[in-house]
Amino acid sequence: MRKSSSVTRTKRGRFAASVVGVIGTIALLAACSSGGGAGTTTSDEYTPPSKSLSANITYAVWDQTQVKAIDANLKEFNKEYPKIKVNVDVTPWGDYWTKRQTEASSNTLPDLFWLNGPNFQLYAGNGKVEPLTSVVKGGYITLSDYPKALVEMYSLNGTQYGVPKDFDTIGLWYNKAIFAEAGVEVPTDSWTWDDFQTAAATISKNLASKGIYGAAGGMDGQTTYYNTIFQAGGSVLSEDGKTSGYDSPATEKGIQFWTDLIASKGSPTMQQLTDTAADQWFVSGKLAMYIGGDWARSEIAASPIAKDVQVAPLPAGEKQATVIHGVSNVVAASSKNKQAAQALQVFLASKAAQQQQGDMGAVIPAFNGTQSAFAKSMPGVDLQVFLDELAYAVPLPISKNTAAWNAFEAALLPDAFSGARPVADVLKDLATQMNGALAKE
Amino acid sequence: MSVASPRNRSTPPASGRRGGAAARNDGAWPWIFVLPLVGGVALFYLWPILQTAFFSFTTWGVFGGATWSGLDNYARLVTDPQLYQALGNTLIYTGIVLLGVPLAVWLASLLNTPGLRFAAFYRVLYFLPYVAMPTAIALVWRIIFNGDFGILNYVLSLVGITGPYWISTPGFALIAVSIVGLWSSLGFSMIILAAGLKNIPPELYEAAELDGASRSRQFRSVTVPLLSPSIFFVFIITTISSFQLFDLLYALLGSKNPVIPKTSSLVFYFYSQGFISNDKGYASAIAIFIFLLIGVVTIVQFRLQRRWVTND
Repeated sequence: MRKSSSVTRTKRGRFAASVVGVIGTIALLAACSSGGGAGTTTSDEYTPPSKSLSANITYAVWDQTQVKAIDANLKEFNKEYPKIKVNVDVTPWGDYWTKRQTEASSNTLPDLFWLNGPNFQLYAGNGKVEPLTSVVKGGYITLSDYPKALVEMYSLNGTQYGVPKDFDTIGLWYNKAIFAEAGVEVPTDSWTWDDFQTAAATISKNLASKGIYGAAGGMDGQTTYYNTIFQAGGSVLSEDGKTSGYDSPATEKGIQFWTDLIASKGSPTMQQLTDTAADQWFVSGKLAMYIGGDWARSEIAASPIAKDVQVAPLPAGEKQATVIHGVSNVVAASSKNKQAAQALQVFLASKAAQQQQGDMGAVIPAFNGTQSAFAKSMPGVDLQVFLDELAYAVPLPISKNTAAWNAFEAALLPDAFSGARPVADVLKDLATQMNGALAKE
Repeated sequence: MSVASPRNRSTPPASGRRGGAAARNDGAWPWIFVLPLVGGVALFYLWPILQTAFFSFTTWGVFGGATWSGLDNYARLVTDPQLYQALGNTLIYTGIVLLGVPLAVWLASLLNTPGLRFAAFYRVLYFLPYVAMPTAIALVWRIIFNGDFGILNYVLSLVGITGPYWISTPGFALIAVSIVGLWSSLGFSMIILAAGLKNIPPELYEAAELDGASRSRQFRSVTVPLLSPSIFFVFIITTISSFQLFDLLYALLGSKNPVIPKTSSLVFYFYSQGFISNDKGYASAIAIFIFLLIGVVTIVQFRLQRRWVTND
């Protein structure tokens, strides 16, 4: 066994050497600490580049399914600026933010990249993103052309950094065949929480032998409990974004909604939903109602239940509400070809470009009045619901380090939903922990 | 069979001097030959370890810009209940996976039976999990473990047992991860042990047989003692890799699984602090803690080996 002896020896040697090395080098390293810091942002005046501007820029995105529409956009863009070459860099969602964060640390972010709400303040607050001020001032982008709630999402301390390229709202997808089988009336535009809870419990009860459930909760705030919190008149974050809203009675009602749904057996348990996610229950024909985003349409359209599906607005609590979120194109503050990147940013925000995105069925485009193609993109299904919900849409709650308190939600809320601990107790803990995280921002 | 024998280790000065003299005589050449390896190790292992050690004394902005904060991270470390939870989980996982070592010894000796048909086929079968991607393995096991629709609970239901929700019940989730960990480490251990078995001279078995030793007696008195250096090596490697449990847990349970806080391993906790909560200074302190812990455990194992590893 020569192999084992050499391996074990080097392991020991390496360990000893590194311990000595660590101690010896700490002093050395301490001398050259804390270099770098946030890059300085100068907001140069934006003017459209000349037709002959030659540049090589990178546009980073995470969704492969949108690349076709993006390529179509870029073809139009290159008619205007033939010498600006754009490389589309697709990084799958799972690695997208790890990669961007590393790049941001070394000021090598792609010239133009997709930014979402939860990460926006982190990047903008640390000077990683170029403000949109001069573009707006020059009249190249008009903020009122986009949904107000989303425009505000990409503004920090009075400075605008981006405009939405698309938006997502949440709707009540349902399976007509299951409703018919259970003998329950299908959802309407005027449904309330009570209608929803009763229907869910009844369907679960009537079809228990087939293992079919009425509705499903889950651990994703955007598609579940944020909606009910807003419908109950509660909040996740205070207006100024500095304190948690989880200790308010209205917010508690929004969480209690899901606890009641699971307790009445209207929904599978939290464990069942962890093993098999709500959308999988739905597309397998085991779930009557699925509260999900408009983006679920491609998964649903490709599933065996596609012909039985219809969509309705979310049921109303104290009031109607849905979470809205949209992705924004932003220019990196560290970009070496800022003018070219801004030209592309302006182009992608234009009505023509967004109309093209919508016509190709890639997304719900954000530019007001370009969404009609989306509404018709799933024959027989009333996708207009997702557009009508704009009237009462509430932006996804975000702060400077959203991920930090999202982790507390993920850790604590399951006990509230499952009934393992009283909802009020869990929310008290959650509010305390979240306030701690917010204070550090 | 010259695994770090006590005789060698009791005389390091002599061998050290001899080595030094040889290096002087050969000039710079030996150093030039090892430079690519040493350079690589220094650049990609030692330097990052040193940096991590340094960063563990700092507080990080999200995009870099570390500021010195002395022992703050370590003060937080010793009072962090989640760290102890992760440590406990890691120890349980390691304990269960180490149960695979005796199992691997037994299986390897079975595979080593002279004249066994399809031996190569069995060897491939057991080694396959080791060469397959942990993520792919985890995704398959995720389906097997599914509480409502998984095959495991279906099989259990045939014998009248209602299976638990394996990957979404706090206690069972850790056991589920450990089962997969044990299963996938078995192949590697067996290959090492099988190589060790080949080194045992057949004459010893013949002699034992002449003396009237039964098969099980041969296993206890010939196989195990002569295999002990290999067993020790497998033990060390399995322990170290078990302490580094991350990808299997991440892929099998999923990062959004509600049981994660109660089931996280040390490295998973490091990951969540560093890359989800963006707290890289504290994450560095956790990394150094894991590093030292593995170091101490390995040293202890080396001390204990004198009691049971047979050399020469």
